[in-house]
Amino acid sequence: MVASGSGDRYSLLDFVKEPVLAAQEFFQLSGRALKNIFRRPHYGDDIILQMDAIGVGSVPIVILIGFFSGAVMALQMSRALAQYGQIGRTGQIVSLTLIRELGPVLTAIMVAGRNSTGIASELGSMKVTEQIDAMRALGTDPVQKLVTPRLIATAVMLPLLTIIADFVGMFGGFIIARFLLGLLSSQYWNSVWRDLDWYLDITQGLVKPFVFAFVVSLVGCYFGLRTTGGTQGVGRSTTQAMVVATVLIFVIDLLFTQIFIGTGGA
Amino acid sequence: MSVAESHESVLRFEHVSVSFDGEPALLDVSFDARAGHSHVILGAAGSGKTVLLKTAMGLVKPQDGKVYVFGQDITTMNERALFAIRSKIGMLFQESALFDSLNIEENVAYPLLNQKSIDFPRSQVLPRVKQALEFVELGNTLGKFPNELSGGMRRRAAIARAVVTEPPLQMYDSPTAGLDPITAHTIMALLIKERDVSKATTLMVTHRYQDGNLMANFRYNSDQGRLEPAREGVREPDQTTFMVMKEGRLIFEGDQDELEASHDPYITKFYKQRT
Repeated sequence: MVASGSGDRYSLLDFVKEPVLAAQEFFQLSGRALKNIFRRPHYGDDIILQMDAIGVGSVPIVILIGFFSGAVMALQMSRALAQYGQIGRTGQIVSLTLIRELGPVLTAIMVAGRNSTGIASELGSMKVTEQIDAMRALGTDPVQKLVTPRLIATAVMLPLLTIIADFVGMFGGFIIARFLLGLLSSQYWNSVWRDLDWYLDITQGLVKPFVFAFVVSLVGCYFGLRTTGGTQGVGRSTTQAMVVATVLIFVIDLLFTQIFIGTGGA
Repeated sequence: MSVAESHESVLRFEHVSVSFDGEPALLDVSFDARAGHSHVILGAAGSGKTVLLKTAMGLVKPQDGKVYVFGQDITTMNERALFAIRSKIGMLFQESALFDSLNIEENVAYPLLNQKSIDFPRSQVLPRVKQALEFVELGNTLGKFPNELSGGMRRRAAIARAVVTEPPLQMYDSPTAGLDPITAHTIMALLIKERDVSKATTLMVTHRYQDGNLMANFRYNSDQGRLEPAREGVREPDQTTFMVMKEGRLIFEGDQDELEASHDPYITKFYKQRT
């Protein structure tokens, strides 16, 4: 069945072609956005505006998520630690888990839910109403005006939001440790700081959100700028941005965790 | 000698073909728009009219053929090189495409402030914006946002933005689509006024034959401030060319008399709308 065989090969090629092309377009967009950081004109006002929208606007939700994840970690870990008589190390477990994993990943997912989708729908609406074409027609590079400011703003704000989430999470753990587990304040806070490693914990906890910022902003921009098909298309782009950004955050988290563990000797 | 007087080629398509995901949008399209002339491009929805205008601006890259704008081949230019060409073209998009986040003053000022090749003095921007908005009778809307205006007002503001830099080539994509007959007539009167005041080369895409008929047979009397029949009813056929698009192909190019003499069933559908 030659015809059928060649037909199968054709459809398989078609199946592979689309994601490969999408990846190529994504990396082209990322390259242009990065290159534009060093090219004029610079849209400082847009960067500040985006920092406010992405950073300041996300503070309440990041505080809530940080507090409850820290509190839950303290509750869950205290049960396991109690079996070995090590309940006094609750603070250490909470801080390590938050700084290495929960802080960066949960904050990035929250910001992706709030901003990747927001960026995709905003740029998608501009695309379907021809505002992106109008921008090009009126002498402005849409990547320089729309993508690069969002990338810079997210890259600055996401690590800062993660630091806030980490500290609030530790405070959440403290509330549980002090009032439910009966630990002394000094006992909890000493165990929080005691075993923190500069490279394995602090650097990892700041590098991850910096890398996630690229995913959150660029995925949102990519799906927004390739929107077609009117308002329905805007909805589709928004959903795709959220799903792809979330999956990429987990994949990159695994990759970076392995890199840090491999190079940190832990 | 001005561009309008020289009758040199302003926009030329040579065997241009464009496709999207293998679906042809323009097929072997060739034409030449000369300085000071008006071109009315008729066609049904999906016939390639908008793609033709976007290709002329370099917003869409053709797979085959050449596009010359002011004598320069734009098909090989990169985006940054195209900005200089685009600053000589005013474009009215189908949905107006005003920037939602900017007010009307900022929208109209946008080309003056962002087109590098224009180098417009900053102190002159506001007076020029006011002048452009008064031209379209929207002088009191500077601080309003696009969503606060009616459809017709948005279209007029978009015309002001398209012509604020006084570009020698002006392109209008379905300027009257979705408007009531009275507003549509107001918009057409503005376009004719702009054409006659600036002496610009004009390309207008439409599916309404009435719009083309107005463009071909009326002119703006600047003394009386209103439209009047060109040469008291006698047409100037060499000034307005009608083009008809069908399924990506340019199937007709000629003056109004030739169009109305056509027996092609697709073409006759357009001019029979008039009655």
